[in-house]
Amino acid sequence: MRIFHALSLLAVSVAMIVFAGCNKSSSSTNADGNIIKIGEFASLTGSEATFGQSSHKGTQLAVDNLNAGSGLLGKKIQLLTEDDQSQAGQSATVVRKLISSDGVVAVLGEVASSRSLEAAPICQQAGVPMISPASTNPRVTQVGDYIFRVCFIDPFQGTVMANFARKTLKLNDAAVLSDVKSDYSMGLAKFFKEGFAAAGGKIIADENYSGGDKDFNAQLTAIKAANPDGIFVPGYYTEVGLIALQAKQLGINCPIFGGDGWESSSLVPIGGKALEGDYFSTHYSPQDTSPAVQNFVKEYRAKYNETPDAMAALGYDSAMILADAIKHVGTTDGAKVRDALAATKNFPGVTGNITIDPNRDASKPAVILTITNGQFKYVETVSP
Amino acid sequence: MIEFLQQLINGLAFGSILALIALGYTMVYGILRFINFAHGDVFMLGAFSGFYLAPKIAMILPLPSVAGGILVSIVSMAICAAIGVLIERLAYRPLRHQPKLTMLITAIGVSLFLEYTSQFIFGAAPKKFPEILPAFPLAKIGGLNLNSNQIVVFVVTVLLLIVLRFIILKTRIGTAMRAVSFNPQAAALMGVNTDIVISFTFALGSALAAAAGILWAINYPAIDPLMGILPGLKAFVAAVLGGIGNLPGAALGGLIIGVTETLVSGYISSTYRDAIAFAVLILILLVKPSGLLGRKEIEKV
Amino acid sequence: MNFTRAKSFFCEKTMLCFKRAQNFLSGAAALCSKHAKTSLLGAIALCFLVSLFENRINSYWLFISYDVGINVILAVSLNLINGYTGQFSLGHAGFMAVGAYTSAVITNRFGELNYFAADGIFFIALIAGGIVAAGAGLLVGIPTLRLKGDYLAIVTLGFGEIIRVILQNMDAVGGARGLSVTHLWTNFFWAFGGAAVTIYIVTSLVNSTYGRGFIAVRDDEIAAEAMGINTTKYKVTAFVVGAFFAGIAGGLYAHSKQFLTPNGFGFMQSITFVVMVILGGMGNTIGVIIAAILLTLLPEGLRQLAGIEHLPGFTTERPLSWVGDTRMIIYSLLLIVLMLTRPQGLFSLKKFSSPK
Repeated sequence: MRIFHALSLLAVSVAMIVFAGCNKSSSSTNADGNIIKIGEFASLTGSEATFGQSSHKGTQLAVDNLNAGSGLLGKKIQLLTEDDQSQAGQSATVVRKLISSDGVVAVLGEVASSRSLEAAPICQQAGVPMISPASTNPRVTQVGDYIFRVCFIDPFQGTVMANFARKTLKLNDAAVLSDVKSDYSMGLAKFFKEGFAAAGGKIIADENYSGGDKDFNAQLTAIKAANPDGIFVPGYYTEVGLIALQAKQLGINCPIFGGDGWESSSLVPIGGKALEGDYFSTHYSPQDTSPAVQNFVKEYRAKYNETPDAMAALGYDSAMILADAIKHVGTTDGAKVRDALAATKNFPGVTGNITIDPNRDASKPAVILTITNGQFKYVETVSP
Repeated sequence: MIEFLQQLINGLAFGSILALIALGYTMVYGILRFINFAHGDVFMLGAFSGFYLAPKIAMILPLPSVAGGILVSIVSMAICAAIGVLIERLAYRPLRHQPKLTMLITAIGVSLFLEYTSQFIFGAAPKKFPEILPAFPLAKIGGLNLNSNQIVVFVVTVLLLIVLRFIILKTRIGTAMRAVSFNPQAAALMGVNTDIVISFTFALGSALAAAAGILWAINYPAIDPLMGILPGLKAFVAAVLGGIGNLPGAALGGLIIGVTETLVSGYISSTYRDAIAFAVLILILLVKPSGLLGRKEIEKV
Repeated sequence: MNFTRAKSFFCEKTMLCFKRAQNFLSGAAALCSKHAKTSLLGAIALCFLVSLFENRINSYWLFISYDVGINVILAVSLNLINGYTGQFSLGHAGFMAVGAYTSAVITNRFGELNYFAADGIFFIALIAGGIVAAGAGLLVGIPTLRLKGDYLAIVTLGFGEIIRVILQNMDAVGGARGLSVTHLWTNFFWAFGGAAVTIYIVTSLVNSTYGRGFIAVRDDEIAAEAMGINTTKYKVTAFVVGAFFAGIAGGLYAHSKQFLTPNGFGFMQSITFVVMVILGGMGNTIGVIIAAILLTLLPEGLRQLAGIEHLPGFTTERPLSWVGDTRMIIYSLLLIVLMLTRPQGLFSLKKFSSPK
């Protein structure tokens, strides 16, 4: 008897969902003639909220700027942002909502490669172009020809830092301390290790932590015992500041260096003096004197009262490059926008001149910065 | 040898903070037989109250200074004690006569509520916790590094453990707490006001969480709204390891977890660090099912 | 004042509807009580029928419905362990992860062999995922022989976390970088057919003469043992069967999301399933199903609310957009309020003996 109850309950819910679903699909197509809907998914809450909020702020600024001007194709842009709570499984859901319920013409997101990889097959299947602002895992754009990104990829950045460590810093051996929980950190660490070995260096310690940890003394003490010339920390700024502090407390004085995950105005306040003389590669420098960067930094400060980090700059660029492609073809048709995106050449973005290569990755220079007197200082630009 | 001693110091310093958080867990459990899932989030609120109080208190007392640091801690502890009492009053008390698991769910709800609300109000980016205690390196013998903050944590943990033991064993309210823990109905019949005792327990537990939050923030000065999840989980493991409900057990559990985690990730493999605490726990519980110092409950037929 | 009246009106209405539905169901059940198998086949046939019209359904809602089906499987199987047998397990996401990764590896490797055999391979992969997860369940079940209550809870939580850390370090399945699942094979038929089979098996098991042992273990372990019930066997059985279905749900999850990462199977995920069981009322299958459906739809419903563009009586556009920013705060508050107002479980119609 209870089985019957339970099963009929299930049947009722099935019927309700089907009813709701059918109802919905008819209303989703009535796109308003005067607006262009662009979807964005980001980790606005949850463990990686700080990155998602930054990229969202950058994207929002780009859309506001476009709307303050003439809009796009004479229409206003409506940015529909959905939160995936930094949780696996959620981005698939929200991207489906954006595409099939809201009928967006393109999707922007995400910072984390794992969540972009979840959304990419859906965009590919629906024929909706997707631009990831900051997913550096090479696999993201391999999903299909509708998937683009405006950042460089792990192999490039890893090699850049390996060569920089070997040639500019003249390190003979290095230790690696990477975040075992993060796909970004593990990917970057892998390509750094390969590049460093290829350049004739030696990795003498390979330690891990997991995102959210605050105590790194155990790993750092082990690294200290190996006595490397430098430590590569391909993590996020949320942990890097503490790692640098604890390293200095333990009396480790070799340089620490890392990737674009370091770039944030929150890095120096936490790490303070411990970060002096450390290096990282990133997409742009807020100190860059080019008018594009200075304008962006000024507008961002005016709107949010904080200095934009790399995620914000990339979020801004992802929206701008999409707008540029739509303007170029004069339509929001998915296939045409895709072709226009693929043909993007030397787009003057905040994060440098962006050219989309045949793998739909952004081919653009990496900037290496150092930290002196609590400020990021430009060191060199490495072109691909 | 130097490296081993250094790892031991690292482990003890990390373990004593876990112990401090575990004390709060275990105390609430001892009285109510219920896992207060929101304890880690009260710990986070403690750190954040310190963060927002420090600039205000800097106007009265110079910071960093010992007196200023203590004042910041005490006011934060008071704030969190009030929050703890409020949580108990609103979310747990109405369910006191329901199965314990329903309380666990509201505790999870409270935990989520505190996390999401904090992300909404404080923002998700990590914040730099101000220096409220003067810090200096204590020893630098042969490359061995010991920090004054690490000593502070250890001393405070031991001190609070003694104070708690005193409160529970020697004071009137402590006697009442033990009575409620032993048998709430009987205690009520003997004239113990169980509501007040339980409120007091929550105030004490939350104040401990705040103290731990501030000490944690002094040692690891980056605070964010989700900082309580991982330490909360590990402290919970520590409390169970020592025998939940047992105060010295919680302290011992914290130290064991801290030291093994540090030694294993320093010498064997740091990739499995997250699993170590649990592996140790499972091994110990298989041998002693009620924790190291936990008393085996006699089952009545 | 107005609000209170509206609220009580609303409550009365819903209770009335609910009672009517209940009367109808029990009437129908009286007729069909001996035809559980027929109703199972009916349910599966219905799922199949719906799956034929899948592409006419909005894909967002369609995939939400897969989530509903998968969560129903997880909640009902966890209910066997937590609700019926009274063993407090916090490691369900771990079993789910084992099933998800196993089935994904199988279909990624063998999925291309024969197009026509796709459903067959999917079925085999799901079962294989279930069996490996059941093996993990056996492993976790063994400590239950000695541990009770909170000690057991933390050990199962620990097992779940250990499974996650192991997956994180397994390069063969991508480690932290995640595993892409090639085939999008989960559909309405598989998700809800799976749910129907899970409900059928778990309920039949518990209602059978053999299954009374589960409830006996929960209600009074010592008395049960004195009556000659092999409590150890029941506890381990509950873990193995529960883990098996969690593994199946994991396989369905893998082939609907098409991407797996170890972080998706953390302890917060396990807690979500425990919330479904307790909110539904421990050991109350119907309540647990409703709770699983409700808790899957609630965050999405709030998302919809935030997206409403015009509301009668409001002049501004998107008057409820604040719901978007505070969606998860509202969710957690609702969870507390629901538990405070219905501590016996959301839809528990008859009181059940609460586990001590």
